[in-house]
Amino acid sequence: MKHATRRVVGLSLVSLTGLAAFVIVAMLALILLDVVKGGASHLSWEFLTQAPTDGMMGGGIFPALFGTAALTLLMTVAVMPVGVLTAVYLHEYAPPNGRMARLVRVAVANLAGVPSIVFGLFGLGFFILFVGKGMDRALGYEELHWAQPGILWASLTLAVLTLPVVIVSTEEALRAVPLDHRTASLALGATQSQTLARVVLPGALPGILTGAVLAISRGAGEVAPILFTGAAYFLPDLPTSLNSQFMHLGYHTYVLATQSPDVEATRPLLYATVMVLLLLTFTLNLVAVLIRTRTRRKAASGH
Amino acid sequence: MPPTSATPRNKMESRELTLRYGSKVAIHQVSLGIPEHRVTALIGPSGCGKSTFLRSLNRMNDLISGASHEGSVYLDGRSIHDRALDVVDLRRRVGMVFQKSNPFPKSIFENVAYGLRVGGLKDKAKLQARVEKSLRGAALWDEVKDRLDESALGLSGGQQQRLCIARALAVEPEVLLMDEPASALDPIATAKIEELIHELKSTYTIAIVTHNMQQAARVSDQTAFFYMGELVECGPTEQIFTNPREKRTEDYVTGKFG
Repeated sequence: MKHATRRVVGLSLVSLTGLAAFVIVAMLALILLDVVKGGASHLSWEFLTQAPTDGMMGGGIFPALFGTAALTLLMTVAVMPVGVLTAVYLHEYAPPNGRMARLVRVAVANLAGVPSIVFGLFGLGFFILFVGKGMDRALGYEELHWAQPGILWASLTLAVLTLPVVIVSTEEALRAVPLDHRTASLALGATQSQTLARVVLPGALPGILTGAVLAISRGAGEVAPILFTGAAYFLPDLPTSLNSQFMHLGYHTYVLATQSPDVEATRPLLYATVMVLLLLTFTLNLVAVLIRTRTRRKAASGH
Repeated sequence: MPPTSATPRNKMESRELTLRYGSKVAIHQVSLGIPEHRVTALIGPSGCGKSTFLRSLNRMNDLISGASHEGSVYLDGRSIHDRALDVVDLRRRVGMVFQKSNPFPKSIFENVAYGLRVGGLKDKAKLQARVEKSLRGAALWDEVKDRLDESALGLSGGQQQRLCIARALAVEPEVLLMDEPASALDPIATAKIEELIHELKSTYTIAIVTHNMQQAARVSDQTAFFYMGELVECGPTEQIFTNPREKRTEDYVTGKFG
């Protein structure tokens, strides 16, 4: 190839990759700009702390905010132990490349690929109609108590959805703990479980926390899995028990966008809601990044 | 009494020990005694099996999947592969210091206290006393006594390695295995470690793997030369370096190959 041609090829490759990178940034900027432009003026303390009024054409989003928070909290409580224990089994105990480990890994990978609406249907079929009904029968409820959509079932459905995120990031975190530390611990007469509890898990903690935050930010934004399992169109009251229905930011956005009798009147509300939802997930992602960099720095300096 | 005079009893002894990784033979029928309160140096070219042999003395090879062995190793006359013997107890009696210093990302104090804590020692005063004793034993106390709560990773390479020695000493082992403990250190830090080994042998039985001929000659009482998985020759260090029986040993210690 001649020198000039090489130069042209090189330059065009640089500009092509640069352009692709720029498009990503531009997309995000456009979305943010649009949302902020439409919603910033309507965002206020009252908007965050009041219930919707006037057939959802006025008021705020407090029940949806509260519902989203309660839902993701329950989800986290459910998903973390299962996810972390699975990852510990896979990485620390299962024979590497053994049949069991391979089976679990294939299951995790496929779980991550299932469309979220399918999780919603699964939640309805399994948690509500199977587990819930069984509980009602066993506990002797005459009317529907557990066999109906509620925040418990919705959070468990989300937990199943976010399980792969937790497992994969925990496994990654376990892998990042140096082999040296394990052998040093074992050579000092520690058992495998002592090594796990005193060296491996503390070393993996930042990675595990990052996984938790990523799971939360993923779970907080999903709507499809909670459609049939607990999200309510409109509830003036906050959920009071595990079988209560709840309002949710994502579903509220959908409702405002499609079910309003007066689109023009609800538009600012819609924008402001979306802005809150975005702020929430961005903040969570930011927290994840902060945990990661802070602990990385700590690991480097060794405190 | 000069260290090489009377023949002491063997603290540890391997009898026809063969170790395989999968189908690959790493060491073949090695019979070697490690005399009590002496320093035994294991020398030989890379891949000769000396590290594998060292690691089999406290069963660290168990951690490698696919490793299997024939023959056995005896500690005070008792097989370390005995079913009744707990590998955790074995490793408390036979401590190890690794080539790369590997302190935990914890404070200096917690690093040394680690083996004691996993052993169930909770008493604070006792912990402090043992940590101080171990750090003194590793000739590190004066350098770190004012910053025991600081991270161990803030220490220099040589200090980190002495910390790892202190950490191993804290459990009060009977035997100390050292896998090229000074290979990543500068000459001054190396000299400190060698001096330390000299002091430690009155209390402990030491086996050390080294690539450095001069080091083996300086620190050890007995030297074992490994080549291609076999123990070629073992004898008093002075004899190995000045008057070896085997041609291969002579070629190696005089630098003709290796």
